[in-house]
Amino acid sequence: MTVEVRLFASFRNGRFKMKDVETEAGYSVGDVLGKLEIPVAEVGILMVNGESAAFERTLAAGDVLAVFPAVGGG
Amino acid sequence: MAGYCGKILRVNLTDGQIKQETLDISLAKKFVGGRGLATYFITQEVPADTDALGEGNKLIFSAGPLTGSKVPTGGRYMVVTKSPLSGTIASSNSGGFFGAELKHAGYDMIIFEGKSEKPCYLYINDDVVELKCAGKVWGKMVSETTDALIAEVGEDKARVAAIGPAGEKLSLIASIMNEKYRAAGRSGVGAVMGSKNLKAVVVRGTGKLAAADEEKAKEVIKGVMEKIRQCDVTAKGLPAYGTAVLVNVINETGIYPTKNFMEAYTSRADETSGETLADKYLVKNTACYRCPIACGRLCKVDGVEAEGPEYETIWAYSADCGVYDLPAVIKANNLCNEYGLDTISAGATIACAMELYEKGLIKDEELDGVPLEFGSSEAIVEWTRKMGAGEGLGAKMAMGSYRLAESYGRAELSMSVKKLELPAYDPRGVQGYGLQVATTNRGGCHVRGYLISPEILGLPESIARTSIEGKAGWVKVFQDLTAVIDSLGMCLFTSFAIGADDYTDLFNAVVGEEWTGAELLKAGERIWNMERMFNLAAGIEPCEDKLPKRLVDEPIPAGPSKGQVHRLAELLPQYYKERGWSEEGKPCAEKLAALGI
Ligand code: SF4
Repeated sequence: MTVEVRLFASFRNGRFKMKDVETEAGYSVGDVLGKLEIPVAEVGILMVNGESAAFERTLAAGDVLAVFPAVGGG
Repeated sequence: MAGYCGKILRVNLTDGQIKQETLDISLAKKFVGGRGLATYFITQEVPADTDALGEGNKLIFSAGPLTGSKVPTGGRYMVVTKSPLSGTIASSNSGGFFGAELKHAGYDMIIFEGKSEKPCYLYINDDVVELKCAGKVWGKMVSETTDALIAEVGEDKARVAAIGPAGEKLSLIASIMNEKYRAAGRSGVGAVMGSKNLKAVVVRGTGKLAAADEEKAKEVIKGVMEKIRQCDVTAKGLPAYGTAVLVNVINETGIYPTKNFMEAYTSRADETSGETLADKYLVKNTACYRCPIACGRLCKVDGVEAEGPEYETIWAYSADCGVYDLPAVIKANNLCNEYGLDTISAGATIACAMELYEKGLIKDEELDGVPLEFGSSEAIVEWTRKMGAGEGLGAKMAMGSYRLAESYGRAELSMSVKKLELPAYDPRGVQGYGLQVATTNRGGCHVRGYLISPEILGLPESIARTSIEGKAGWVKVFQDLTAVIDSLGMCLFTSFAIGADDYTDLFNAVVGEEWTGAELLKAGERIWNMERMFNLAAGIEPCEDKLPKRLVDEPIPAGPSKGQVHRLAELLPQYYKERGWSEEGKPCAEKLAALGI
């Protein structure tokens, strides 16, 4: 199955903006980040389908995973 | 007296008299400084029912006790007056270097009263203070005015806060610009300055400010600098992408208001995001006085280099108007800075006009050949120019979205609170933020208790954005803390890295007090209640604590926050209770007595 991964800010450097990533049933958000070599400590905001999500969250086919470093502004 | 200069300049523009007054330091501490102290003076000296553009209104430039000190980001000042846009108390914050320069010249505050017969500007060079003729720069843009006045006074290092043509023409969304690009943007403070025929304040200060306890201050500042360096938001995100890094975050959450809040998500956000801005147009970062964060952007389009745009500006001109064209957004931003218009209100008013046009209320005959169509790059640039110049329908639009929509019988299409245009977050998908903007004393403003921080960014901790539980308490604390930070003279962005205890330590070391965090927050609560009392006296009733009908009645149509509406009716009673106000939303006598007001 695939999930759509969207990367933002510095996570795009040397990676991509948006990509369908192959996963297996039972894969968590953390597993996908591991596959993309994104250090967990650098992650600020995680969203699955627009909702805040934890690293342990299990992904389903077609989910949209958005990954941001810690950011702020206003 | 450390932290404060102990001096106020009182400038009567009607008779040209300039007086120096001694600042009562215990009074200053009670209201901290900046926003709090200036609001106290307005409440004492300006009857709440005064015509905001009449001679009776006063305009105060007010620095905080940390402004001009060695504290990081200690360069902020406030412009406080009665707002001609909303009729509420107005306090507009700006960074850059002007506030610090004012303190270095030896003044905590300038109070302008009356009205000059002819265009004038105030020149301060330490102890020498004089009103001078501004005839040559009246009608000129902000950057030309700034350069001309610096040349005229012959002081390269002078700092200038000026209005552009929009303020002169009394646009109710006019800003005051310092160092060309930094804005005391909101609530129409530029119109009050224009109504007094005051074009600019030019200041040069060479004094030094010592902290009450230099050793202690050094140590506390070192600790705060370390926290700013260790925090990813202040050390990485803001320097690399500026505030516009939020474009994608807010859009991915599905609370990115699109086409005058008709929608809340767009598949095109990245075309005008902070990432794209940094990739294609950023020349370099810029920083305000003693700021290690440097979130400012110097950008270049068509050979023109200028600062900005910020997140809120990008949103207002891009998603809110349906325009995904960064060069056009940058040009509109530059026009706002030159004419002296608030970018949020200007962009949001164009978005409102676009909806009025789409609904057939604004007719083609009114448009001078530039259709107000969602998605039109030409429209956002040209209508900004027309608003600044006060041309045709642009003159009406320069009075803000509320008066524009009302003139077509559809006031509810103005996405504003207390007539101040809402910024770049859809309250329907973020409940605490919605409560905050509905209750903010100056109207639809995000920086008076930035609930987006915990509800979306997870800072200092993550709270569920769609829940209403506990939100009233969060809103109260954030509003009170922000009132303090604004009054101290520091940048709000430090709050991503430091907390109430750090602000207290900084205040204590510089001013020479031994306050607790609770005492500092109580000062914030005092300021908040004082502002509320001014508004009530001005006839702004608690029924104005509301959101546009669309945001409480119409669910978000699509995207990640689909189906959500704002639950203000449930939250408001909780908020009044949390504040210790009556059920009707009025501060009671016991509360005011407990706060010493
Ligand atoms: S963080 Fe940005 S706005 Fe705040 S003081 Fe620094 S440069 Fe200015």
